[in-house]
This record gives sequence, C-alpha cells and structure tokens, in this order.
Amino acid sequence: MITLAHFLTVAAILFVLGVLGIFLNRRNVILILMAIELILLAVNINLVAFSAYLGDLVGQVMAMFVLTVAAAEAAIGLAILVIFFRRRGSIAVDDVNRMHG
Amino acid sequence: MHPILFIVFLPLVAAIVAGLFGRWIGQTPAKVVTTGSLFIGAALSWPIFVGYLTGASHEQVVQVMSWINSGNLHASWELRVDALTAVMLVVVTTVSSLVHLYSWGYMAEDPSQPRFFAYLSLFSFAMLMLVTANNLVQMFFGWEGVGLASYLLIGFWYHKPSANAAALKAFVVNRVGDFGFSLGIFGTFWVFGTLSIPAILAAAPSMAGSTIGFAGMHIDTMTLLCLLLFVGAMGKSAQLGLHTWLPDAMEGPTPVSALIHAATMVTAGVFMVCRLSPMFETSATATMVVTFVGAATAFFAATVGTAQNDIKRVIAYSTCSQLGYMFFAAGVGAYGAAMFHLFTHAFFKALLFLGAGSVIHAMHHEQDMRFYGGLRKEIPVTFWVMLIGTLAITGVGIAGVGFAGYHSKDAILESAYASGSVHGVIAFWAGAIAALLTSFYSWRLMFLTFWGKPRWGASEHIQHAAHGDHADHPDAEHGDSSHEDDLPPEGTGGYHPHESPLTMLVPICLLALGALAAGFTFSHFFLQSPEFWNGSIAFNEHLAHATHEVPIWVKYSATIVMLIGLAIAYNNYIRNPQDAAGFVKQFGGIYRFVKNKWYFDELYDFLFVRPALWFGRLFWKRGDEGTIDRFGPHGAAYAVGVGNKITARLQSGYLYSYALVMLLGLIGAASWAIWWAQK
Repeated sequence: MITLAHFLTVAAILFVLGVLGIFLNRRNVILILMAIELILLAVNINLVAFSAYLGDLVGQVMAMFVLTVAAAEAAIGLAILVIFFRRRGSIAVDDVNRMHG
Repeated sequence: MHPILFIVFLPLVAAIVAGLFGRWIGQTPAKVVTTGSLFIGAALSWPIFVGYLTGASHEQVVQVMSWINSGNLHASWELRVDALTAVMLVVVTTVSSLVHLYSWGYMAEDPSQPRFFAYLSLFSFAMLMLVTANNLVQMFFGWEGVGLASYLLIGFWYHKPSANAAALKAFVVNRVGDFGFSLGIFGTFWVFGTLSIPAILAAAPSMAGSTIGFAGMHIDTMTLLCLLLFVGAMGKSAQLGLHTWLPDAMEGPTPVSALIHAATMVTAGVFMVCRLSPMFETSATATMVVTFVGAATAFFAATVGTAQNDIKRVIAYSTCSQLGYMFFAAGVGAYGAAMFHLFTHAFFKALLFLGAGSVIHAMHHEQDMRFYGGLRKEIPVTFWVMLIGTLAITGVGIAGVGFAGYHSKDAILESAYASGSVHGVIAFWAGAIAALLTSFYSWRLMFLTFWGKPRWGASEHIQHAAHGDHADHPDAEHGDSSHEDDLPPEGTGGYHPHESPLTMLVPICLLALGALAAGFTFSHFFLQSPEFWNGSIAFNEHLAHATHEVPIWVKYSATIVMLIGLAIAYNNYIRNPQDAAGFVKQFGGIYRFVKNKWYFDELYDFLFVRPALWFGRLFWKRGDEGTIDRFGPHGAAYAVGVGNKITARLQSGYLYSYALVMLLGLIGAASWAIWWAQK
C-alpha cells in the first residue's frame, strides 16, 4: 500500500536533490534552472498527494498553476541565458559573479 | 531718559554697526559711527562730571533690565552714577573718543579698519559697563568684556605670530587674576548673601574681625575676600607677578596701547579697589598687601623701564610703574589720591603713547629709540606735546602749580608718608626711588628720540622707506630688536621724517591740554573734598589733613628726585653719551638683569609654561592619542574594518551562495515560526 508518507518522502528527496543541485553545481547555469524545476515538481507532488489524501481538488488545480508558471519561468530563464551567453560567451556558474559589488 | 544710557549703549550700537555691517556700509561710515558715538558720550559725560564738581548731582542708579533672579541671587543691569563713576566716565569717553579720532590717521593704511573701530567701541562699551556696575556680576561682565576687547586688539594684526602670542599671553595671565576675582565674588556672595555693591559696602564693617574657614585654616573673612578680589585687580592692572602680559601687549596698534593698556583698562583694578574701598578698609592686612604690591611694582617696573630700547616698551613699563603708585596710594587709604593719579595719568600716558605713535608713524614703524635722534626739528608738534607729557609724568611744578603728574604723584608720596604706618613709609621710599627712575627713563626717552644727531640711517625700516620700497606693512611694528647695545652710527640715510596728519595731532594736542591742566584744576576736588566724593569712596579726611603736615623735605622729595633723574639722563645721553655705555660695561650684571625684566619671563617659562606644555603633551600623546583615540574612535574604526573584511568574503557574487543564504534564512524563519506557533 502506498501511503501519503511515501509520496511526501519522494517529494522531500526530490526537493533536497533540487536544492543540492543549485548549490553543488559549479558548471552550468542550465543545471540551476533544471534544479529549480525539480524543486517545483517536488512541491507539485506534495500538492497532488495532499489533494488525493484530503479529497480536495484545489490542490490539483494548484499543481496545474505551478506547472504553467514553471513553464513560463523556464522560457524566460532560457531566454535570459541566451542573452547572457551572447554577452559573456560563457554560462559557467563560476563566471556569474557580477553581483560581487 | 538718563544720559548715562546713551553714554554706555551708543558705543555698543556703534560697535555692532561697524563690526557686522562694516563691509556693506564702507570704511568711512563705520569710522564716523564709532567715533561719533564716543564723542557724544564724552560730550554727555563732562556735564555729569561737572555736576559732581559743583555738588549739584547726587548718586543715581538707573535700572536697565533684570538679569538673573535665582533663589536669593539677584543681579540686574543697573547703571550706577556717582562721583567715582563720573571720574571714570570722563576718563574713558574722553580718551576713547580722542583715540578713535587719532586712529583715523594712524590706521589710515590698514585694510580692516571697520573691524578695528568696532573693537575699539566694543572695548569702550565694556569699560563703561564696568565703571557703572552696581553689582559685582555686572562689574565682572565689564571686566571680562574689556579683557576680550584687549585680546582682540592686541591680536588685531592676526597674521603676525608675535601678536597672536602676545594676545594669548594677555588673556591667559588675566585668567589667573580673574580666577581670584571670581573666587572673591563667590566668597562675597557667600558671606554677604548679595552681590549689590552698596549692600556689600554697607554690611562690610559689621563683618570685620570675623573668621572663615579656607583651605583648612581660619582666616579673617574680610582679609580673604579683599585679597581674592585684589588678585583680580593685580591681573588686570599688571601688578608685580601678573605684569608680564602688559609689555607684550604693545604688539597691538599704538592707539590700542594708549587707550587700553595705559589710560583705561589697566586702571580697572585701581577703580575696583576704590569702588570697594569700604571693604578694603575693614582689613588692615589686605591694605598692607595692596601697599606692598603697589610699591614693589612701582619700583620694579621703573627699573626695567630704564633699560628698554623699544619706545613703546619704555612707556609700557612706565604705565606698570604708575599703576603701582595708584595701588599703594589706595593701600595707605588715600583713595582720592589714587583716583586722582588715575585721572591725570590717563591724560599724560595716553598723550605719551599717542605721541610715541606719532613718532613711530614718522619713522616708518621703527620703534627702536637708538635709531631716532634729533627728531625735534623734524616733527616739532609731536616734540612739544611729548615734552608736555614728559613734564607731566615726571611731575614738574613749583609752589602748588604744575603739570598733572606733579599734583597727583606728590599727593601719593605725601599720603604714603603721612599715613604713619611702616608699610606706608616703605612705600614712600620705594615711590621716591621709582620717581627718580621715572624721571630718568622719561628723559632718556626724550633725549634719545628728540635730541642729538639723527641715527636712523642704519634702521632697516628707514632704509626700506628711503629706497622707495613702500611695502606699507602696518605689521612692520616689531617688538624687541636684536641690535647691539651701542648706539648705531649717525646719519639720516636720505630719509626725512614727516609730521603726522591733523587727525593725529588734534587728539594729542587736546590730551596735552589735559596733561597741562588736569592737575591744578581738579586737585582740590580729588584730594581735599569729601563733599565731591560724597561717600563713593572711603575718603580718609584725617589722612587728607595729615598730608599738609608732612615735613618739608617730604614735600620737595618728588621734585628733588625728578631733578636728579633729569640730571643723570642729561649727562648720560646729551652731555656725555659714553657714560651710558661705560655704566653698562661696569655694571653689566645689573644692566642685563634689568634689561631682561628681572628674568620674570624666563622664570615663568620655567615654572609654569614648560610644565604646562609637558602636561599638555602628556595628555595629548598618552591620554588622548594613546588611550581615548586608540580605544575610542580609532579602535572602533579598526574593528569595523576587520568586520568588513570578514563579511566581504561572504559577498562572493556567486548566485548559489546567495541562494544558500536565502535558504538558510528561510529555514530559520520557518523553524522560528513553527516553534513560535507551537507556543
């Protein structure tokens, strides 16, 4: 029997993977975007799991919204990356340190 | 409105107008306003004085406004007019107005004349406040006001380091005196519970003989108060011990020396002692100290005056010496004689200073008398008025009619002898010797300046002027020059001194009139007339009568020593000029001792200045820089720098580290919210 706890565990694992993907990744900004997607999917799993568990559809509706926003975000993020690559000639994470005052 | 209000406050208004708006209204209006205000004051003062002479006027107190009302401390702005004030009013306004007028000529080339005239008027206001004070706080206000004006005017040429140093010295030395004065005021308030001068004077006799705890000892109350107040008078009037600032004050422009450091401000101490004379009369010890200090100053300053070469310094030491006369006159109880000498001295000493200013003006700011000589044909008017001034200060006169100083100085010497006390007789002898020296140095000044052959060819100032090098430095007046002690060679160097303009000659001629006539015109009122003083000073009728009964040799002593001094000066500087150099060779030790002013400056430098500097450096280097700065501002700045370096490392610019911090923050916030929510 697959219980709520299983879903939440999977989601938590995915979430931590996503977070670590942001911090431990030193090569590519695209990987950061993908890690963010992973975090959002973890959240979606939580939403859907709770929706099924509580019998409330609002959670699933919310998950659809998150998917939409995530798609838009990915599009914008990739667009920024393209422009960034054109300007700097690199998308290595270690080169992105212009915020260093 | 009482005229005293105009006399006192017009100079203040003029000082504000000239000082704050001098730039906009221009030089001439600023000068007109200030000079005009003082002439109006003089015109209003003389009728007041005459009113007291004729006996028509009586003591008045004009209320201006209330000032301090705190507990039982009451002090209000009140202008007191009585015979004593009237004398001072006349002296201050007359000399001040003439000095204002004189400055038109003397300061003509100075770029900041409005400032100068504003200071002069400010001084006059403060001095008038002082002499009209009806309570000790107002007197202290005037006292400090004249000190401030003196400081500003000594340092008027503020780009000269020596003038700044002299101004500071005057201010600091006066602080010492003022410390005593303020302690005296506090003590007086503590003992009498009031600061009103009439109330204090009325209550003073009842306090005689009581004792007070001071510094762990029981001391006679009135002695303590009087001595503390007298310390203030010593500082302001440059008495022995606190005199060192007065000769240095000659760094100021000469009109300032005439007004402040000869005629008015330095006599404030004498005025204060006379104003509080009923208080001083209650303590025999205090009057004895006053007598000794006065006599010692008269003698000391006269000896120093004989060896100075700077014309202004000779007159400065002369002033110091004459103030000593006034004090010992007050000390033996002859307050009338003290005030009379103050009155006549104001005329002839202002005259001598302004005359010296005229000489300096003619000699292109050369102040060393060794570079003068033969000037009587070049600047005859100055010569004649200086001659009158010298005759007045040396006390020339016969059979009861003479120049101003004849009446007042003889009265002082006779009173000192007639007082009968031991210190009175000591003061008489000191005064007689000082009179001899006075005569010597005054005639030495005259002979070196106006007689003999011209010697100014060797003067640097004259060489500048003669070669058309008109730099027009008003600051070229200098203090001690480091020339040899022998007279420079004769010669004019092609330079011809020019007589001063009318604006300078008119005031000195008017003062010469005072030096001629102030003596015999007023001697009866000042010396013999308790009706004139009408209780404003502690007039001692017994002493006034006793002065007539002194032996005949006492009466003629002043004239005799004057003639001896004249004879020595004539011998040393006209008949036989080598004699002076011979004396210097033979008695080199005495000469150096006297020329170096008894080494007072060196002594004070060793005793006070160096330790003070050492302390200052200790607190500066160790205390301020080593402790406060190190652990205070500098330490804090250093700590911030170190902290910055640490936090700057956090600011890596890498996106993921920011994200990590955000996450940590989020975790922190979430944990806190959960923990807080569970509570």
